[in-house]
Amino acid sequence: MPRHLRFRIGLVLAVIAVSVWYLYPLKSSINLGLDLQGGIHLMLGVEADRHVASQTDRAAEDLKSALERKGIAVKRIAREGNTAIKVELASPQSWNDSRTVVAEFSSFDRRDDDQAAGTFRLVMNDRRVSQLRDDAIRQGLETIRNRIDQFGVSEPTITRQGADQILIQLPGIQDAARAKALIGKTALLEFKLLDERTPIDQALAGHLPETSEVLFGREVDKQTKAERKIPYVVQRRALLTGAELTRAEVSADPNSMGNWQVAIEFTSTGTRIFGEVTEQNVGRRLAIILDGTVYSAPRINERIPGGRAVITGQFTVDDARDLAIVLRAGALPAPVVILEERTVGPSLGSDSIRQGLIAIAGSAIVVFVFMLVYYRLSGLVADIALGLNLLILFACMAAIRATLTLPGLAGIALTIGMAVDTNILIFERIREEMRVGKTPRAAIEAGFRRALRTIVDTHLTVMGTAVILLSFGTSSVKGFGVSLFIGLGASLFTAYFFTRLLFDLLYMGRRKVDAISI
Amino acid sequence: MIELFKNPNYDFIGKRKWAYIISIAITLIGLGSLVAKGGLRYDIDFTGGTLIQVRFEQPPQVAKIRASLGTIQLGESIIQQFGDPREYIIRLPLVAVGSEEISRRVQGALGAEASLGKFEIRRVEFVGPQVGRELQLQAVYLVLGGLIWIAIYLAFRFDLRGGVAAVIAVLHDVIVCLGALSLFNREFSLPVLAALLTIIGYSVNDTIVAYDRLRENRGRSMPKGRTFAQQMNDAVNQTLSRTILTSLTTFFSAAVLLFLGGKTLEDFAFVLFVGVITGTYSTTYVAAALVVDWTSHVEGRLRRGKKAVAKA
Repeated sequence: MPRHLRFRIGLVLAVIAVSVWYLYPLKSSINLGLDLQGGIHLMLGVEADRHVASQTDRAAEDLKSALERKGIAVKRIAREGNTAIKVELASPQSWNDSRTVVAEFSSFDRRDDDQAAGTFRLVMNDRRVSQLRDDAIRQGLETIRNRIDQFGVSEPTITRQGADQILIQLPGIQDAARAKALIGKTALLEFKLLDERTPIDQALAGHLPETSEVLFGREVDKQTKAERKIPYVVQRRALLTGAELTRAEVSADPNSMGNWQVAIEFTSTGTRIFGEVTEQNVGRRLAIILDGTVYSAPRINERIPGGRAVITGQFTVDDARDLAIVLRAGALPAPVVILEERTVGPSLGSDSIRQGLIAIAGSAIVVFVFMLVYYRLSGLVADIALGLNLLILFACMAAIRATLTLPGLAGIALTIGMAVDTNILIFERIREEMRVGKTPRAAIEAGFRRALRTIVDTHLTVMGTAVILLSFGTSSVKGFGVSLFIGLGASLFTAYFFTRLLFDLLYMGRRKVDAISI
Repeated sequence: MIELFKNPNYDFIGKRKWAYIISIAITLIGLGSLVAKGGLRYDIDFTGGTLIQVRFEQPPQVAKIRASLGTIQLGESIIQQFGDPREYIIRLPLVAVGSEEISRRVQGALGAEASLGKFEIRRVEFVGPQVGRELQLQAVYLVLGGLIWIAIYLAFRFDLRGGVAAVIAVLHDVIVCLGALSLFNREFSLPVLAALLTIIGYSVNDTIVAYDRLRENRGRSMPKGRTFAQQMNDAVNQTLSRTILTSLTTFFSAAVLLFLGGKTLEDFAFVLFVGVITGTYSTTYVAAALVVDWTSHVEGRLRRGKKAVAKA
């Protein structure tokens, strides 16, 4: 056996061995997409500007108290847009004093000075804005990761996409609605005092002090399932937030049968603040607010020193458990919205796998039989090459950990039909060379050589479009592009190199070849 | 030896006038359908909205589904049977409520209608307006990208005439596929886009094979006494079995996908199915025919030019 032949056989055997090695064991080597194994795909948009706005609010508050500490009276101080604070001093005389205070707010630039009127604006500089936006997304990602970990999902994918998006993939989730609620909740827990001096009907008509706002509570009637909204007038300023929380546990609500509650425990700072707040406001009502909804507003009977509180409100055990999770994981720095969702139930996933495999098998059988009937022994060679092609295709997908999707399965079925094109081009050329009177050996030689250029052309055109598909963001289209690209790439090796090897083994060893079975 | 064509010598190029009429007619029918139906029917990937796939235990009455959706002000949704008689797809327009809320409401409304029996929500897809717009834009880029890739490739491999004719042939195939989608009331979705791009890459293959053969023949020995049209016809005939056979195997795969691949991939497979056919046709009757007419037009002008020079 000539040396080059031995080398080629060795190469093919090595490729087969590596392929089998990558594919073993089959169950864990191929990465199934969510459309095949079932699960949730979520694209979240982080409203990072809201985080910027709330930081601006906080700075405005800090500025106001800093000015007042210096004895500078402020007529009005308010946020404008997301990044600006408009300040109106009570008297222009304090202009110069105010400047030293403002200078400490280094992340803001001072603009639009009007000394005569005593007004100016502070605008957050761009570096700080982009830093805050970035924080919002990174913290949001971290918080969501935390929640999902506590919820218990195996192998979740949680990654940042683009500037302000978060991609979440949760394989094998059964209760999609619950998972989405858990992820999407901002979970901003706030304790605010009720404004009991402003009558509710007046407040609803819009007559309320600037420091107060109207928030609603929800009450669901157990029998009719009808939802009732209860308005509350609360002070805008939160005395304490969920940021000061260390524990959140589910327990049965002792006052209401069948309902559950979440008991929370504050950090030492939180405990101190909570103690002071309750001490100073005995007799008043304290609203417990989650994401702008009032859950309860109990009256403070005495100072509460232990730093413990309970959140009640017609929770089922799952509701309470999920609330405890989001409270433990912390609030999202900015709200998120679902931009895109694709949820596939497990039964549909397995149906899709079955249909995809049927399509691949059907396609393979039709093409196998066709090649065998039309090209006889050469057709069999092409069929063996096609089998090797499929083996390499799956192995490559396992090796690069590509995700197999339903369109990916379709891509494989299609690749079967396209991969044998290479063999057809070669075989037709060989037949043609034989027609013009070449000996079988010379015809094989010329057939392979002359078909090569066309084969390269046909591969480059389709593989080029497959690359364009790969660059597309959506996973289903990507999956199709991957299998098409790898399948055609592998067919260069199998339908050309490997077929040539089999032809050489069949015909080159003999002294004289009378005919080729083609 | 089985041979589909034994030394074929059909007069393809001579009948190209008929082919032009057919091509233009098919293209016009497709475009007409697109215009009459107000453009393609886009999947929620592009329009935004919510799609919910439900499987009932018993084949349900559509009216009952609609009535139950009416209770949550979604009675105007599109309700379609999807493959199996127990399986339905509900398409909801974009509404202000978030996606987590809407699927919960639909589940509640269907559950409240007792006559529908038990059901399982098998798939929920929600595409927000922002993502829909992004995907629309990306789809356009993708198709343009595919065409540009083919144009660049042909610019390297072909001369100007062959390249332009091949690109026109590919455009023809794209229009035929889109027209067929519209005629058969199928939807333009992301997988359909992928199929279209594949066809863009694939349909040019046969054209390359035939055109290469033309140049090979001309390069080997300048055939005397055969017009350019005859030479092109020879090239098409010589590569005919190759063109038909390679298309045939791919066509088999596309057909299997269409008939066995399941409902989810039906539109995708449909485009491949149509695309492989029109791609094979356009090799000869669009690309080759255009090159022939362009060449004879140019040569005619050259001859007239020479005569004019001779007279002067």
